[in-house]
Amino acid sequence: MLPTGPMFPQSSRAARQGPAIRRQLASLFWIGFLGGWAGLLLARGHAVAFQAPAPPPTPSADQVNAVARQLYCPVCANVPLDVCPTQACEQWRAIIREELGQGWTPQQIKDYFVQAYGERVLASPPAQGLNLLVYVLPPLAFVLGAYFLYRAVHPWRRGPGQAESTPPSPPEDEYARRLEEQLRKRS
Amino acid sequence: MLPTLGYLLLATAFLVCLYGIGASIHGVLAREERWILSARNAMLLSWPLITLSALSLIWLLLTNHFEVQFVWSVTSRSMPTYLKVTSLWGGQAGSLVLWSWLMSAFASVAALRRWDRDREFLPWVVVVVLVTLAFFLSLALFFDNPFSRFWQASNGQTLAAMFPPAGAVPLIPSDGQGLNPLLRHPGMILHPPMLYLGFVSFVIPYSFGMAALITRRSDDRWIRLTRRWTLVGWLFLSLGLVLGARWSYDVLGWGGYWGWDPVEIAAFMPWLTGTAFLHSVMIQEKRGMLKRWNMVLIILTYALVIFATFLTRSGLLSSVHAFAQSSIGPVFFVFIGGTCIISLALLLSRWDDLGGEEHLTSLLSRETLFLVNNLLFLSIVVACFWGVVFPLISQLFTGQQVTVGPPFYQRTTGPLFAGLLLLMGIAPLSAWGHTALQNLGRLILRPFLLSLVLLAVLLAVARLSDPGALLGFWLAGLVALVTLDEFWRSASARSRTHPEALPVALWNLVARDRRRYGGYVIHLGVVLMAIGIVGSQFFQQQTQGTIAQGQEIQLGPYAVRHDSISEWTTNDQRDVTRAVIAVFHGGNQVAELHPRRDYYFVAQQTMTIPGVYSTVQGDLYLILVGWEPIASNGATFKIYWNPLVNFLWCGAVVFILGTLVAAWPDPQRRRSRASAPHWSYVPAKQ
Repeated sequence: MLPTGPMFPQSSRAARQGPAIRRQLASLFWIGFLGGWAGLLLARGHAVAFQAPAPPPTPSADQVNAVARQLYCPVCANVPLDVCPTQACEQWRAIIREELGQGWTPQQIKDYFVQAYGERVLASPPAQGLNLLVYVLPPLAFVLGAYFLYRAVHPWRRGPGQAESTPPSPPEDEYARRLEEQLRKRS
Repeated sequence: MLPTLGYLLLATAFLVCLYGIGASIHGVLAREERWILSARNAMLLSWPLITLSALSLIWLLLTNHFEVQFVWSVTSRSMPTYLKVTSLWGGQAGSLVLWSWLMSAFASVAALRRWDRDREFLPWVVVVVLVTLAFFLSLALFFDNPFSRFWQASNGQTLAAMFPPAGAVPLIPSDGQGLNPLLRHPGMILHPPMLYLGFVSFVIPYSFGMAALITRRSDDRWIRLTRRWTLVGWLFLSLGLVLGARWSYDVLGWGGYWGWDPVEIAAFMPWLTGTAFLHSVMIQEKRGMLKRWNMVLIILTYALVIFATFLTRSGLLSSVHAFAQSSIGPVFFVFIGGTCIISLALLLSRWDDLGGEEHLTSLLSRETLFLVNNLLFLSIVVACFWGVVFPLISQLFTGQQVTVGPPFYQRTTGPLFAGLLLLMGIAPLSAWGHTALQNLGRLILRPFLLSLVLLAVLLAVARLSDPGALLGFWLAGLVALVTLDEFWRSASARSRTHPEALPVALWNLVARDRRRYGGYVIHLGVVLMAIGIVGSQFFQQQTQGTIAQGQEIQLGPYAVRHDSISEWTTNDQRDVTRAVIAVFHGGNQVAELHPRRDYYFVAQQTMTIPGVYSTVQGDLYLILVGWEPIASNGATFKIYWNPLVNFLWCGAVVFILGTLVAAWPDPQRRRSRASAPHWSYVPAKQ
């Protein structure tokens, strides 16, 4: 039996305070229980909010085609991947479907194909290195042509042949006269 | 026997061409007219010789002579007769014969029509034409002989040769491979001959241009003489391009009509330079300017014609036209290089003679606007050429293979085409020499305001928001209104000055200036085509889905229901899988479509034939992508909605009609030609 005398005053005190301690312990238990439960709930909620994305539904054919349209098959002749009927292109579309299913972005898929098969799979070469010439030369040719054209016109535009064709007569009659003149020349 | 005869006829034609070239040069240098006459007769003789040779080949095709390699490669017993005839241009060797045949026909017509009037030019025209003809004949004779036969050597090896190798015996296969399935479409039956006609037509103005350079004629005579040839060449080239686009739409099963394929672009480039040339020559005729530039343009057009054939044949670039590839690319390359160098050297040697008689006098004049037109056309050519050759350059310098596809061409050429449309709205209102801004503003004001009203309607009713599409539609509207206003003002002005009703005045106007008003009709055709292109490019919708029988897919206002699918084998060696599709609009069935897949089991090739429901608003274009085993009755369909695409085809018809109006001969001119003076073949001694 447990000593209950003064020899063990604390014990007796404890014995006296027993119900309070039990209440505190009970409170601690309940706090711990409720806290743990709330923590679990929170943790579960957290897990719901931040868990790894669940596998998205199988990508539709339109989603696959939207990416495939931007790619060309190396074995096909200038036909975009979304319309090519060959077996090889069918397999490529299956890869795109798989990658979309894994949550890849279109750009990641394009990068993957470039890494695997080279830049020729892209509809246009990336604007870097020698490829820059593809994009620079046509506008440059236009600007040069425009410059030469301007040079051809500029020295002469104030020449003697410049006479304002101000119509002396009402506009429609002038038009009829010019038209007749042109037709006479044709005849 | 017949293959040997055909080959000998072709060889004789080649020798006749060589003789004609030599005789003509000798006649000019020795100033002996009889040699020139003899050269002319040689040119005339080339046509019946090549005709007989071509007929021999057609007969071999028709009568299943599979011992002939070409016949074996493009025909089979099960093919219908008309396809056996058209398989003449279903392969490389036969195409060369067709090219030569058309070339000799055009050369003969040129010699017969112009001989009395153009004797100064014709000796050199004979030389240039016969050099081109001899080149193509040499390809057929020495590189890709259409009359080669199969032989079995004593060691059992199969050989293809014109004459029997020692110890070999003839080998006659029981059947042929048949025509490439892609070429069995009506569009493809006509597409190659039209393109070839366009190509060979442009050889005539080029040869007259070279003759003018050689004979130091610096006036515009060569242009006036060949104006109609140029228009005819342009007409056929346009027809060839349109038919090719239609073939692509109907057969390739990708929902589009123009894929910026290298070979498509190659055929498009001479059309672009030819169009620039057609506009530019007007400046030389009216103002005596741009003589050098016009020479450059016709040389460029000729070089691009040969380049187009070279690209199709060389196999240098991957293309949907891969069926025409062979090993004659290097020979073409040498020929293009040689003719370009000689032509440009000749031009440079005459550079000073070709100075302009007048100069540009204003930034705002018709000739300046035509020059801007030339700048835009040539810029498109540069972009196209660069896009086609860049993959080769990249591979050569970096070893890296790249694709230059539609996004590049659309971005690069789109603004240039928009610029051309804008010019079509302004240039017809401008005057030669100088146009006062005030006058131009007065003339354009009414169409401009109306075009803004049209734009507002598009914004309000159709709720369009894409700036590119809005710009395209607005420009198309502006050009249409300017052109129609020109017709209206011209006809009403004439009916005021002559006692004629408006329709009669319009008819008389067109009859008296076919070139101008034919040109306006062409512009209207371009407007319609532009509407079709903008509509189908900017607003195309598509979807794909697998559906069982009785299920539907929705696309825009349409619902399509899969009713049934069936499979069978035909006599012409193909397995056909055909679906029956009901099309609904607003709950009502409006059409039944039959998209199908044909598998040619001998050629091991599949063709996807779409089902198309066409309306003015656009095409519902449906293709059968795949199908499940019969038990589940499921099938996968791809559906496109191509808005306004039929404006493209209608525009093409108007375009062709306009070209016919512009190219139609004048009665007065026919009379004047008959009474043309009799000139000497040989220039008088200095």
